[in-house]
Amino acid sequence: MADKVLMKGNEAIAEAAIMAGCRHYFGYPITPQTEIAAYMAKRMPKIGGTFLQAESEIAAINMVYGASAAGVRAMTSSSSPGISLKSEGISYIAGSDLPAVIVNAQRGGPGLGGIQPSQSDYFQATRGGGHGDYHMIVLTPASVQEMAELTIHAFDLADEYRMPVMILADGTIGQMMEPVSFDFDIKPAPEKPWATVGTGMKRPHNVVNSLYLNPAELEQNNFDRFKRYEIIAEKETMYEEFMTDDADIVLAAFGIAARVSRNAVLAARKEGIKAGLIRPITVWPFPKAPFAKAADHCSSIISVELSMGQMIEDVKLACECRVPVTLCNRVGGMIPTPNQILDAIRAAAKGGK
Amino acid sequence: MTIFEKPHSLVDIPLHYCPGCTHGIIHRLVAEVIDELGIEGTAVGIAPVGCAVMAYDYFACDMIEAAHGRAPAIATGVKRADPSHIVFTYQGDGDLASIGTAEIVHAAARNENITVIFINNAIYGMTGGQMAPTSLVGQVTQTSPYGRDPKLCGYPVRVCEMLSELEGPEYLARVTVNSVANVRKAKKAIKKAFQNQIDGKGFSLVEVLSACPTNWGMTPEKALEWIDTAMIPYYPLGVYKDRSAESEAKA
Repeated sequence: MADKVLMKGNEAIAEAAIMAGCRHYFGYPITPQTEIAAYMAKRMPKIGGTFLQAESEIAAINMVYGASAAGVRAMTSSSSPGISLKSEGISYIAGSDLPAVIVNAQRGGPGLGGIQPSQSDYFQATRGGGHGDYHMIVLTPASVQEMAELTIHAFDLADEYRMPVMILADGTIGQMMEPVSFDFDIKPAPEKPWATVGTGMKRPHNVVNSLYLNPAELEQNNFDRFKRYEIIAEKETMYEEFMTDDADIVLAAFGIAARVSRNAVLAARKEGIKAGLIRPITVWPFPKAPFAKAADHCSSIISVELSMGQMIEDVKLACECRVPVTLCNRVGGMIPTPNQILDAIRAAAKGGK
Repeated sequence: MTIFEKPHSLVDIPLHYCPGCTHGIIHRLVAEVIDELGIEGTAVGIAPVGCAVMAYDYFACDMIEAAHGRAPAIATGVKRADPSHIVFTYQGDGDLASIGTAEIVHAAARNENITVIFINNAIYGMTGGQMAPTSLVGQVTQTSPYGRDPKLCGYPVRVCEMLSELEGPEYLARVTVNSVANVRKAKKAIKKAFQNQIDGKGFSLVEVLSACPTNWGMTPEKALEWIDTAMIPYYPLGVYKDRSAESEAKA
């Protein structure tokens, strides 16, 4: 499949998952991610895979837990309210050191919210979402091509670090159609000697578990996991910089907000304002380095978000409040226009040096 | 000549269960069946949250610890990953009949080819004796100190009867382990529930009425009697569904 095909973002995720060797998908219907389930329902039976519509999001994530414990690549997908329900299972997956890929095509909240795009699950995704000290690796695609690329990457990361990986997409990128190339080098999944696949009477039993009643043991378990997180932060952080070298006003945005921001940067440059954009691709681990560097030379940073201001906290931490960081946002399913962002850039430029 | 020995599929460590608790007997029955069917090497067990939470330490086959009530969903994932695994869950009444009702009902409805060992002792044991979905009317517990009042909290759930209304499941039976004769019958039912899975017949659940002397506030002996006098009248023993036997009888 070297040629490009025109596809919806959600379908690109599904096809990429299959290419990555995922043959076990468990889901529950919710807008706006249903195309993933529909695609899997069509394809899986034809390639010897399993598509199963679970009785709830809770059951679906636990089916992923079981399949992953049994050593296969498994995934589930949902949208915001469904991710809240999956959070229990995600915490157990993290606590049991199991790989899993979870897609969140975010919609507006809180509560039932709406069905239009949003980025308001940033805190939930980057801080863990469920109970206990843990993280997921969180990938934020900004195009249909990246929906595919990052899905394949997600399965590799999940297996390598034995942890849940979330693709934090939004309704827009899930629904929109763009050309995608599926010309990927697929790495084989690593051996999983820890998997519960039956002892074959050849080894002591494997136990997949997150219960540690001895507090010293549980503490050590947490310490060990966070050691792994440090390695991930060092090796797996991803971001893209756009015109930041000489930028005076730096935008911070991911996903669909980054695409709109890019247009605003170009418009500002036409007006002679030196604007730039840092686009985190992983939001956990958060790319601190480019923001720390930008704070050396820019006069302010604007966090452009489809939320009431969630990523802005990480941006402020990354630049250690050395420059003012302001918010440019829309919520509830609304998306900022390039002009709204351009206005924010103009205001920042006036108030600057 | 060996007269009596520990089943191979039971790990040789002390169990944490209280004196007089019948979990130990039921663990042993499950392990004996696993040995007799020669499935220890392919078996994957799912432990619950509740008194049997540490069952993963006791069974020698590969084991998974589940979130509260979710064992049938996890078992589904394991079984779908590789149908050659012999997958069983071991769940208590709070786990299966309260917080995990959706998971058990839909695993049964799908006729998921798994084996479920359901321990009904009419109480939450691990947390110290609270009212369970299966606590009897009038039963005094920490959270029903004046006795379970059906006006306030409804009636106890009969799981076998409820699931028997579904088209899906293959085999549903209720047994107990309060006498030698009943232990033998319980083992037969558990063996059938595993054999059904090996034969690809589908969802099999054995409900075992179990004693909790500690939280019932009884001696072990009295607790075994209470199963006869209080539990069995509300939870009659017997086979509630046996699809293969029914279709053979029809033929």
